[in-house]
Order: sequence, then C-alpha cells, then structure tokens
Amino acid sequence: MPEADPILSMRRISKSFPGVHALDKVDFALQRGEVRALMGENGAGKSTLIKVMTGVEERDEGRIFLDGREIDPHSPHEAQELGISTVYQEVNLIPTLTVAENIFLGRQPTSMGSLDWKKMNSSAVAALDRLNLELNVKRLLSDYSLAVQQMVAIARAVDVSAKMLILDEPTSSLSVEEVEQLFAVMRMLKAEGLGIVFVTHFLDQVFDISDTITVLRGGQLVGNFVTASTTRVQLIATMMGKELKELERGPARVASPDAPGAESLIEIKGLARKGSIEPFDLRLNKGEVLGLAGLLGAGRTEIANLLFGIDKAEQGNVSIEGEETNISSPRKAIAEGFALCPEDRKSAGIIGDLSIRENIFLALQASKGWFRLISRKTQQEIAERYITMLSISTPDADKKIKELSGGNQQKAIVARWLALHPRFLILDEPTRGIDVGAKMEIQNLILSLSREGISILFISSELSEVVRCSQRVAVLRDHVKIGEMSGDQIDESAIMHYIAEGAR
Amino acid sequence: MKASKFKRFMSQGNVGKLMWSVLALALLLVFNALFTPVIFNMKIMDGHLFGSLIDILNRATPVMLMGIGMTLVIATGGIDISVGSVSAVSGSFTTVLLVVYGLPLAYCIVVGLAVATFLGFWNGFLVARVGVQPIVATLIMLALARGIATLFAGGQTILFSNRAYEFIANGFLFGLPFPITIVAVVFVGTALLTRKTALGLFVESVGCNPVASRYSGINVRSIKWAVYVFTAFCAGMAGLINTSNIKVADVTRSGEGLELDAILAVVIGGTSLDGGKFSLAGTIIGALVMQTLTTTILTRGMPVEFTRVIKALVVVLIILIQSESFRKRMRNLVWRKAHEVAS
Amino acid sequence: MKLRVDKKYMPIVATIAVAVLLYCMIGFIYPKFFSLRVFVNFFRDNAFLGVIAVGMTLVIITGGIDLSVGSMIAFVGVFCAYLMEKTKLNPLLVFVLALSAGSLIGFLMGALIHFFKAPPFIVTLAGMFFCRGVANMISLESIPIYNPTFNAIMRFGIPLRHFIMVPTTVLIFLAVMLVFLYIAHFTRFGRDVYAIGGSPQSALLMGLRIGRTKLLVYTLSGFLSALGGIVYILNVPAGNSLAGVGTELDAIACVVIGGTLLTGGVGYLAGTFVGVLIQAIIKTFLTFSSLSSWWTEIAIGVLIMIFILLQRSFSQLSVLSRAHAQVKLRKPGGAETGGA
Repeated sequence: MPEADPILSMRRISKSFPGVHALDKVDFALQRGEVRALMGENGAGKSTLIKVMTGVEERDEGRIFLDGREIDPHSPHEAQELGISTVYQEVNLIPTLTVAENIFLGRQPTSMGSLDWKKMNSSAVAALDRLNLELNVKRLLSDYSLAVQQMVAIARAVDVSAKMLILDEPTSSLSVEEVEQLFAVMRMLKAEGLGIVFVTHFLDQVFDISDTITVLRGGQLVGNFVTASTTRVQLIATMMGKELKELERGPARVASPDAPGAESLIEIKGLARKGSIEPFDLRLNKGEVLGLAGLLGAGRTEIANLLFGIDKAEQGNVSIEGEETNISSPRKAIAEGFALCPEDRKSAGIIGDLSIRENIFLALQASKGWFRLISRKTQQEIAERYITMLSISTPDADKKIKELSGGNQQKAIVARWLALHPRFLILDEPTRGIDVGAKMEIQNLILSLSREGISILFISSELSEVVRCSQRVAVLRDHVKIGEMSGDQIDESAIMHYIAEGAR
Repeated sequence: MKASKFKRFMSQGNVGKLMWSVLALALLLVFNALFTPVIFNMKIMDGHLFGSLIDILNRATPVMLMGIGMTLVIATGGIDISVGSVSAVSGSFTTVLLVVYGLPLAYCIVVGLAVATFLGFWNGFLVARVGVQPIVATLIMLALARGIATLFAGGQTILFSNRAYEFIANGFLFGLPFPITIVAVVFVGTALLTRKTALGLFVESVGCNPVASRYSGINVRSIKWAVYVFTAFCAGMAGLINTSNIKVADVTRSGEGLELDAILAVVIGGTSLDGGKFSLAGTIIGALVMQTLTTTILTRGMPVEFTRVIKALVVVLIILIQSESFRKRMRNLVWRKAHEVAS
Repeated sequence: MKLRVDKKYMPIVATIAVAVLLYCMIGFIYPKFFSLRVFVNFFRDNAFLGVIAVGMTLVIITGGIDLSVGSMIAFVGVFCAYLMEKTKLNPLLVFVLALSAGSLIGFLMGALIHFFKAPPFIVTLAGMFFCRGVANMISLESIPIYNPTFNAIMRFGIPLRHFIMVPTTVLIFLAVMLVFLYIAHFTRFGRDVYAIGGSPQSALLMGLRIGRTKLLVYTLSGFLSALGGIVYILNVPAGNSLAGVGTELDAIACVVIGGTLLTGGVGYLAGTFVGVLIQAIIKTFLTFSSLSSWWTEIAIGVLIMIFILLQRSFSQLSVLSRAHAQVKLRKPGGAETGGA
C-alpha cells in the first residue's frame, strides 16, 4: 500500500545470520498518525526488522528513509536521535534511579556545566502529565509497578522528540486495565501525528488498537492489511501460511467429570501468603483440568508457586488424597508427584547449555537422587520417546536446548515433567510467546494428558485457551479467589464479567 | 569399553575444549625442544624416574589439586580465590601440631585437612546460604585464612625433620614422586564421583541456570555449598604437599598466588568462567601448561619475578581467546578478507 | 511527619551510627583515643586507603570490582622511589609519570572488560599480578626516599594546633572526596555510572555510552590507586614491592561498609568516607591494644562479613515491604483512579 509521504519507509531490507535468512527483501512503511501492528510467528523476522530499524543490527542490503531522508543508524542511540524511539517488553529503565532520572538520563538539563536537578524534576512532571500520569518523580523507579514503569518508558521515548515509536510487546506483563491505559496513551500520541509500530502476540489487542497490519513469515513480507476490513482467521491463516479451519473450532472440551464418582486428588484449605494470595480453598479431581483465570498480578502464578513449594505458605494446608502434606520446597513437591512448568521459560525453565536429552531427564534424575545415575541408554530412550510424542523438531537429542525455537523449548520442558509421570501438573503460561501452531499442539496435549488421568492446573492470560481446555475455572482478582465456574458456565465473557463484577 | 568411552568423550564436545590446552602444552614443549632440549633428559636412579619433565609433573601437583576443586566451583558459576591461603592453613596446623605439640602425624594431617575443609564450609555458607558473591566471600577468606595460618604458627617459620611427613612431598611410589599418586587418586576419584553419578550433571545444571535447576528439584544450595567444601579439602591436600616439601613451614608465604595458577589451569582446560560444562582432564593439562611455562621461564635463566608478569599476560591472552566478541571480530576480519578475495 | 529516615538512606545512617558507637566505646576504654592528634592520625594513616576507596566505589557502583589496587600501591611506590633515587628525576615529573602509568593500566583493564566482555575480577586479578610482578622486577629491596623536594612535600601541612597539622596526604584525600562527590551527583558521567550498574542492558538501549563510561571508570580507578600509591609513600617514604598487600580487601570493605551494594547501581561516596573512618578506628584500636597486626586482617574480614550479612537482611526486608508507591492514573475523561 504505497501511500504518499510516509514517516518511515524501508525498502528491500535483507539480513542473514550464519545459516538463516532472517529478512529477505522486506519492504515496510509507516504513515503519520498510524498504529501499524507487526505480526508473525516466532522466527518470522519481526525482531530482526525492529533491530534493523533501531540500529541494533546492521542490515546486509536495503535502504531506510525517515521523513524522505535516507538514514543509516548504527546504534539505538543514533536511531533515537533521529527520532525513532523504542519501548521494549522488559522495561528497559534503571530501577535503582529515580523516575525523573530515568526520563532524562543521558540528556539531563544542565546549568553552568552541572546537572540541574530542580529543572529535571519539573520537566519530568510535565512529560508524565502529557500521558495523564501523575507520580512522585523523586522516588525510585523500582517503587512503582511494572505497568507504571512501562508508562515511564513511553514518557521517556516520546519526550525525546520522537517522530515514531516502536512498542515491542509492551503489553505482555500488563493487566487489562493497564493495557487500556496504555492504549489511551497510544491513541493520544497517534492523534498528535506520531507513527507507532506495535508488536504483540495478542490478537485482540491488534484488532483493538491498530489501523494497519504487516505480516511477516520466514523472513519475508507476506501481507499488508487494513485492520478494519480483516478477519482474525484471515490474519492467522496468513501468519501460518495455510487455511486453518480447525483454528476456529478449537479442540472439543471433554465432558465435565464433576459428575458423581469424581475422585479428589488435592484439597486446599485456607492456603495464604501475605502479599501474594489471600486465604483460598481449592479442590482438584483426578484427571481434571482446572483453569486459573484472572488478570496478571491477580495471584495466579502466586498460587502455582505456593503449591510447588517455591514460596512458603504462611497459613492453611494442602492434603493429597486426604492426607495433609507440607510442601516446603520444589523437591518435596516433586516427591509428591507434582510438576510445574514455570511462567518464565528462559530464566526458570531451560538449562541452555545442556542438551535436550539432559534437559528432559534432569528432573527425573533429581528425584532419584545424585548417586544413581540413569544409564545412558535409558536417558536416550526417554529423550527420544518424548521428542517423538511431543513432536519436538530437532535433528537429535544431543543438540543444546538453547538452539531450539521457543515452542520447541517449551515442549522439551513439558517433556521434562512428563518423564516424571506426575499426577499433578501445573502449567503456568505454557503458550506464552510461542507461535500459533505450537499453541494448538500444547492445548491438545493438555487435553490428552487429562484423559490419561493427570490432574492439571492451567494458567493462561488468553481466556479463550482457558475456556477451551478447562473443565472448571477458578477466578481470581487482586490476590483473592472470587469464585469458580464449571461445565457450561464457562465462557470468555462470563469469566470477564465475573472478574469485573463478581462478588468478593 | 575403552572405545565406547572414547566415543562418549568425543560426543560431549570435550575435544574442542581440550584442543586448546593440548595445543598450548605442545607449543611450549616444541619451544623447549628447540631452545632448551635439556628439559627432555630423563634417567632412572634407584628405580626412581628423574628429569625435568617429571619435575614439572611433580611441581604441578599442588595446582592440579586446587584446580580439580576449582573446576567444580567454576562450573557452578562461582570462583574461589582463597585456595592459596586455605592451603597455608592446613600446612600451618599440621606442622605446628606435629612439631610444636608433638602429636602423631596421622592426627595432625586429619586436623589440618579438617580445619581447611571447615574454611571451605564457611565459604560455601556465605555463597550458597547467604548469597554473597563468590569473589567477595572468598576474597575475605583469602585474607582471613592467611591471618589464621600466621597467627597459629606464631608468625614465624617452623623447621622440622620428620621422615614420614617429608614423604608426602619427597617420597616415591611406583617409581614416580608420591604427589603424583595423590593427584591421580583425587583425579580418578573426582572423575568417578562426577561422571558415574549425577553430580556432574547437577553441577553443570546449577552453573548454567540455578533457578531452573531448583525448579527441577535439584538441591542447588547443597551443590554449591559442597563444591566449596571440596575445593578447600583439595587445597588442604595441596598445602600438605607444599609445606612438607620445603622442610620449613613459612606459612606467611606458602601457597601465595597459587589461586591464579589454579584458576588459569581450569580456564586453559576449557571450563568457562561463566559456569556450565566442565572438563577435569582439561584442568590437569592446564596445570601442566602453567608449570611448563614457569619451568621454561626459569630454565631460560629469567628471574622468578618474571613469572608473575608473564602469567598475568597469559591471563590476558586467554581472555582474548575465550572472548566471544574477540573471536567474532577475528571471524569477521577473515570473512571480509575472504569476500574481498572472492570478489 | 515523624522523624523517619528514607529507606534509601538507611544503610548510611546505620554506618554512621556504628562509627560513632565504636569511637565512643573505644574512647571509653582508652581516653587518649578522643585526642585531636589521634583523630588527625585516623586520616593521615588511611588517606591512601581513602583515595583508593573512592575509585573502588565507582567501580563497584558499575557492578564491577578492581582487585589490582593493592599491587598498584607497591608498583607506584617502587616506581617513584626508583626514579627519584636512582635516576634523580624531579619528583613532580615522577608523580606525573606514575599517575599516567596507573591510568594506562586501568584503561587497559577497562578495555579488556568492555571490549572483550571479560569478567572484571579475572581481568583485575591479572592486573594485580602484573603490578606486583613489575614492582618485583624493578626492585626486590625496599628503596628509601631521601629526595629533598619530596621531603618538603611530605612535611607540608596546615597547622591546626601546636604540633598538630593536617598533612598533604589528608588534603589530597579530602580534595579527591569532594571532587568525586561532585562528579557522582552533578555530572552526566556520574549518573551514567549509576545507570550502568543498575541495569547495563537498559543503559545501552537508553543510548548511554556504556563503553566510554566503563573505560573511564577503570581508568579513574587506576589513576586513583596510583595517587593512593603516591599518598602511601608520602606517609612511609620508601618504595617497597611488598607494600599494600591486601589493600584491595580493605578498600572493598570501606565501600561495602559505606552502604554500596556489591551488585551495583546503588552506592554512596559519603558512606565510603565513613567506611574509611571505621577502618581507621579499628586499626588504631589494635595499635592501642598492641595485638598482632594479623588481627587486623581478621577483624576487617569479620567486619565486612557482618556488614554484608546486614545488607542482605536489609534488602530482604525492603523486598518484603515493597509497598507500591501511590500513582494517580487519570482516565482520559478526567476521573482519577488511585492504586499502583
């Protein structure tokens, strides 16, 4: 869609890394006052394109024009000076400095050669005011929540007289309200004539905020869309490169086992920990998928961490098959037949330098103790069995796990826990940041595991997923469990209403 | 048996890691063959092997012992710079108890090793339990242990003459100096302990990602704690070799600076300072490289003071070789050159 | 508001309290301890440590460490003594040469750390061996300094009272302290130092010049430890290759006791000043009580451990009580919602 006078236009950008064509002659343009969503599965080339834009990576070929002038940024700093500002998923500010310093770091106002703190603080207040935000700029950034930090990052980005703003998955760790606040800011900036590139995995948000969509696949440009005249299925199909009827349907939910005869596995009474979750009761039957729904920070991960012994409960008790048990560490939890796929795959899941095989049998080995090493032959068998079962795409089991894609890493972590034959599996955001195909596979896996009798606690930010997979859903709000729904009650809008209005 | 072991050895990527250390050792030996061939002379006297090469092997034993422990510490992502001082503590306690208090040798050795091991226990406590950075915890111990060793020895050197004690450093077994047997036993023991059980895997896992290791049910604290204890034990044995060798326990200086040699041995041996995969065999070769370097400097007639400066430069060299960005720069250079040639 | 200390300043308040308490307790045992002469001597005997600790503070705030400072004292001492006594160079020229050499070594270490992503402790450990080795190579014997100009500088001082004066060394220390307090709080460079320690990736993405800042910090640490070496020989007029063994730990102790976090990003030069004072008090106490000097090592080792343990428990407390600060999010319509 070549339109006149774009802010940014990139022509025939190519970039290759050893063995990979990350970008292959990609064209990209951004208009004034436009929010353009940049979409694609993992490995599509989104992040490489962003990195080329911001000067983190140097392109092999192609030209970049900003406001009609050719530019060639070599560092984020240069890009920023040209007017290209970026806000990343992880808040890239300095938590140990004050809010004001974070907004002005590197370009603080000075008087007679030394920093003018007074002026800096008042300018910071003004910059935040532009985003309808009012905070004490003299406090440390770490005193504020992630969402506020994200806003401060945007305040910094737009204050640097930005012509365009790149938001690289800024909403991944925000609650619904916070996303709304962010969108309000985006609309305002858009009205001021700023161009915004918005990268996200959340389809809803794309349709909520974006005007146009650019889709990449395998390093190539596969389509530009006007959001208003595009359907979700169309978009997903373009991203995956095929027509996906089954995506609309989704896997069927199994019948609710809450019928008489359902055997309870875990019974939680009044479990609580100050600052993370108020006392709550929860029951989980054998072979049941229990979804945890709630906004981010509502206490979902906190429940998972309590159950798995990562955090210690301050009151309440957990009984397994009627017997009261004290789970004080992950080791104890594992001994009880628990397993947890943590939320943060990179820092809490994979052991990057070890092979896929070692990553898969690690937890099993740990449960057997250090002395009796599982024989090499058995290790290989276990690894291969799960590589086949979960269709992890890798040439062999001895490849380092960090060389796999995000989705395959996630499957390998699931394999680590399945190898233990757990009776209770906690999946904390198992589909975050992985591509649509892998998401489907993991959802199907959850259902088939529950049919085998494994009880599953399923945590996901994507309500549609929770709805699709769970037989019962516990709803959380502000660290309090506010209710449960089961069977036919479960649907997205019902849950959302519950979260919004449900009795406390 | 041997063939399958060899295969596994190859498959674990040890070859690439070992290559550097073997290459360095080979280079040093070739250099010596060209300029100081004397170093290769060897003779048998009273059924004992003598010669510079044996000497190198023998002198490298303290660093090898410290290096074996240090390998595991570094593999967990830590560092222990107190090994030199801790070795002085075991030397000090053993010698003082033996000479000043006249206690039986076996008892003295056990106490000396126990005290050294306890210092490692303290290091481990600070690192694994309290969460102090390893470099800081062991830097404190570096000063503390030296102070303890000196105070226990009353601040003076101690002369002794005890045949059994001297045997540790000067005796011969199987025609080879006795310290070589000690190292062989410790090396094989450690190798079996780490590779025939899951300890090695756990150590590597903890070094690579402690959080994920904990979530997988590994007792991260215990593993970290244990490696510091083990290193201090190894350092304690090295201290016995050091002090029993010279017949004079000058504990204020014994083992000084050996921490750098031990770290270098580990790093030359292919274990990354970032933690993760480790190679014990590499460390042994690394220690040989360090000692061959020292011996070469000395046989070239340079003063001892040079060794420190040269070792410092070796560290810099290794930093460069191991540095990802340095290699990338070199690769880019070669690549660009190749491109230019092609076009 | 009640008398409440911002949690940001808790560590430094604790340190000052410890200093006052120690001073009073020891003064209670040895009344002479309260004399002005002893007080001035705190600074005179530890000025070299203070100068070095200032550089160390900056390095630690960036999240690094510099183990070469102790050996640098020996190197600079021997270097200066050799040039002044054996080649009869002008002391001022010698000082310039020594400071340049120190800065150069610091710069090279910084370059290795920044350009080749080498861990600071291993690079500076190499630097430590290098400096000590070079000192040994110049002279194994201690070289006494008799140079008249040097002696004049040494004897200079601002008289406070009869027979008590503030010597050059203390003036240098105080000047360095003031200059770096200014640099840390009122220059972009100073703030960049804090930013890099707080989060290096963020600092890079915020467009801060990390490389330049890191190089400058290690160069400054090299410069200041060379200056510390000069201050050292101004106090003990001889170049000795064994001088300054263990000073790196003393300097780190001053910094840590002063409330600077070893993880980087948070630190106080003023705290380091108090840290130096605490060490001075302990060392003087050990001299008063005529215990072996090896006890100093042990005392400082134990002290630094206690402070690290305190820091840990403090930071754990502050994580627990991390009440999110009040924020007002104004809805575009104008309504306000409280919360975080």
